[in-house]
Amino acid sequence: MTLKFIAVIAAAATLGACATTAQTPAAPAAPAAPAPFASTYRAPASAPVLIRGATILDGTGGERTGDDLLLQDNRVAALGPNLSAPAGATIIDATGRFVTPGIIDAHSHLGVYPSPGVQAHSDGNEATQPNTAEVWAEHSVWPQDPGFSRAVAGGVTTLHALPGSANLFGGRGVTLRPVLGATTVQEMKFPGAPHSLKMACGENPSRVYGGRNSSPATDMANVAGYRQAYADAQAYQREWAEYRRKLETAEEGASPPTPPKRNLEMETLVGVLEGDILVQWHCYRADQMAVAIDIANEFDFEIAAFHHAVESYKIADLLARENICSAMWADWWGFKMEAFDTIGENIPFVHAAGACAIVHSDSEVGIQRLNQEAAKALADARRAGLEISRGEAWTWLSRNPARALGVADQTGTLEVGKAADVVIWSRDPFSVYAVAEQVFMDGALVYARDADSPPASDFELGQAYTEIAP
Amino acid sequence: MKRLAFIAALAFAAPAFAETVLIRDGRVVTNTRAGVIEGGDVLIVDGRIAAVGANVTPPRGARVIEAQGRHVTPGAFAAMSELGLADVSGSGAPNDASLSDEEIAAAADASRSFNPNAAAIAVTRVDGVTRAAIATTTSPSLFMGRGALAALDGGDDSVFAPRAFIGVELGEQGADRAGGSRAALWPTFEAALRDAREYPQRYRSGQGGAVLSEIDAAALQPFARGQGLFVVRIERAADIRELIRFKRANPQLRFAIHGGAEAWMVAEELAAAEIPVIVDPLSNLPDRFERLAARLDNAALLQRAGVRIAIAPAPGTVDAHQARLVLQLAGNAVANGLPWDAAFAAVTSGPAEIFGVADRYGSLRAGAAADVVVWDGDPLEVTSAPVAVFIDGAEQSLVSRQQRLRDRYRPQ
Repeated sequence: MTLKFIAVIAAAATLGACATTAQTPAAPAAPAAPAPFASTYRAPASAPVLIRGATILDGTGGERTGDDLLLQDNRVAALGPNLSAPAGATIIDATGRFVTPGIIDAHSHLGVYPSPGVQAHSDGNEATQPNTAEVWAEHSVWPQDPGFSRAVAGGVTTLHALPGSANLFGGRGVTLRPVLGATTVQEMKFPGAPHSLKMACGENPSRVYGGRNSSPATDMANVAGYRQAYADAQAYQREWAEYRRKLETAEEGASPPTPPKRNLEMETLVGVLEGDILVQWHCYRADQMAVAIDIANEFDFEIAAFHHAVESYKIADLLARENICSAMWADWWGFKMEAFDTIGENIPFVHAAGACAIVHSDSEVGIQRLNQEAAKALADARRAGLEISRGEAWTWLSRNPARALGVADQTGTLEVGKAADVVIWSRDPFSVYAVAEQVFMDGALVYARDADSPPASDFELGQAYTEIAP
Repeated sequence: MKRLAFIAALAFAAPAFAETVLIRDGRVVTNTRAGVIEGGDVLIVDGRIAAVGANVTPPRGARVIEAQGRHVTPGAFAAMSELGLADVSGSGAPNDASLSDEEIAAAADASRSFNPNAAAIAVTRVDGVTRAAIATTTSPSLFMGRGALAALDGGDDSVFAPRAFIGVELGEQGADRAGGSRAALWPTFEAALRDAREYPQRYRSGQGGAVLSEIDAAALQPFARGQGLFVVRIERAADIRELIRFKRANPQLRFAIHGGAEAWMVAEELAAAEIPVIVDPLSNLPDRFERLAARLDNAALLQRAGVRIAIAPAPGTVDAHQARLVLQLAGNAVANGLPWDAAFAAVTSGPAEIFGVADRYGSLRAGAAADVVVWDGDPLEVTSAPVAVFIDGAEQSLVSRQQRLRDRYRPQ
């Protein structure tokens, strides 16, 4: 959105053109009309923390030994040798251990498909029509999902909760802090993080709707569905531009023009066209990704990341050229046709082409040990003769997903000024035996493995098993 | 030229004949009282292990493989899988792991479905898994068919123990299929056992079965008479207690639990009842009401209490493609308190013991089948991979279609 647009909307609100519905047509807010469901997340207050003696994978690709890490005022305050501790600092001797940025999972359904997985909790797929760009995953998130605490124990400090892939347009995704003890989703929303739009290629939408003898039943209808929707969004965009032009040119004292009716589905798509909403596109096969890229070019929008992307290795150069991330599993395969050509080297081959590689989970189990998935990919890379360091491999877990989610200026690396999202691992995290010992979010200790704390989720509190020791 | 090389490699990929091989100077994990032998040797003759120990003298003509201190272990044994039952699980592709006829549930026989040429067999084998329990895992009945044990060498005679066990659901899913409640499930199970024991009389007399079709009653009969293993999918502590009571009343029947997320709560009773548990070390979410107490150290707590354990994915996550991850599951059990030796046994000798084939599989001892893997690192570590795999003494190709794809698209 342009600054000019914001000014115009503010003016409209002042003029009382639509006093009771003075809201923006697209996602971002004018100052006078804050976006609904605004984040109420507050970085917790905490004393400074000085971590000494660890091997540090800094998230930018580097591995450092002999450096200390200072967390202060929610930020990475310093990273270097022989740092002195500020007054009141907690000093942690992490000799023999590893320190990394917190893991960021770019693809989660925590909260929208919470545990226990009963029918009433199946809130992730609005599989009632192929375009539900108007729904927002955050309105399905149950903050009491016990999965959030398990994810934190796996070193996760940021995650992106997405709608499922039944639809061509599944709805808006939201970037969350797994805030333990949060009672509202607003408390978990990552401040300033853009929304995403979940789109889906391939088998899922055509199976869901084709199975009902409705459209789309084929890949070709999937593509027609995306294109028609963006063509409609362009028309909607023009309608609002025309309204704004009339508003600007209205004579003094004349009654202001009537704004078009808001269409929530179109608002999301226009948000994509204007670059405010990031496209996260579920797409497995190389040929389907190439078609998706052509659609994005036809309608002049960007794709932040392809998700699952099991065949990214076949078009790694194209993805590098188009500056599109791939969010991948290490080795999932075979569960459907479009997942048949998985190779263990997918992630490193994408990395080696200079494209943006991400390790994602799409799983309440997998999110707890994404470091192990990266480790498998790294080991396969080395056996295939690629020289990739541990430090570089860690970019798959924090810096690159931060980029795909539009929060790379905030988190994902241990550069000074970034959020103090930090994990202390018991040992090299590229090992199955490594466990997160301590997890810091915005500088505050949010998980300690040796702590005997009550369950974070109200659902688990006071259940028989949490009241007895093994 | 490229094509010629490909054909040559394929020819090499065919199972080699059994030869005499000495694997020398390894860190030999025997899974026997001999424990781990540093600098140990393993001699393979005629498909069997002829000797294990330090300083084994190679017979004349033996091929010698220098392990150079690397791990030398029995091949892994997937304690539950759909391997060979589906090429692609979804997408409307044929899937033999899924039953749809309530009349032919107990009688379903996975050994008749097994395809040794399924792509997943090689993908699994190259990661060091040499044997697997295979089973149909989706059924409209509380019975899920008779499972089998198979070698993963891709040979025509891969299935070495057909109808080795029968799957039965005695938890939430079973209740869903038998009367809508656990209150109806157990009487249904008991009636099925009666039908089976009274086969064929009640069917020939025209009385018919109370709950089973004639074909299911016939298939269930040996199990109902204690001649086969029931693998019971069950998770909740209260349900496990019900099973223990049932076994006490029917001591001739043999049970193993698959799942057992809450088994740690009844670990002592399970040990006393001698009911083994096939457990998933990643199961730690209350994702079903029957798994509310799931926790990461379940395997460690069970082992400590003296329960025999094996490791496999939890019910609902057993599949046709990722049985290779069983070693990663075991590694995670170690990260959560299970001793390494016990974790490794739980993916080798543990399954062999539960399925009654431990005399031949799951350990490196003279006379056992020569399923041997040489690793480039700790076999439970996610960064490790086999450098040599033997099944029944035949060295296996370490190439699957995933390596072919890798090589086709390898960055220049």
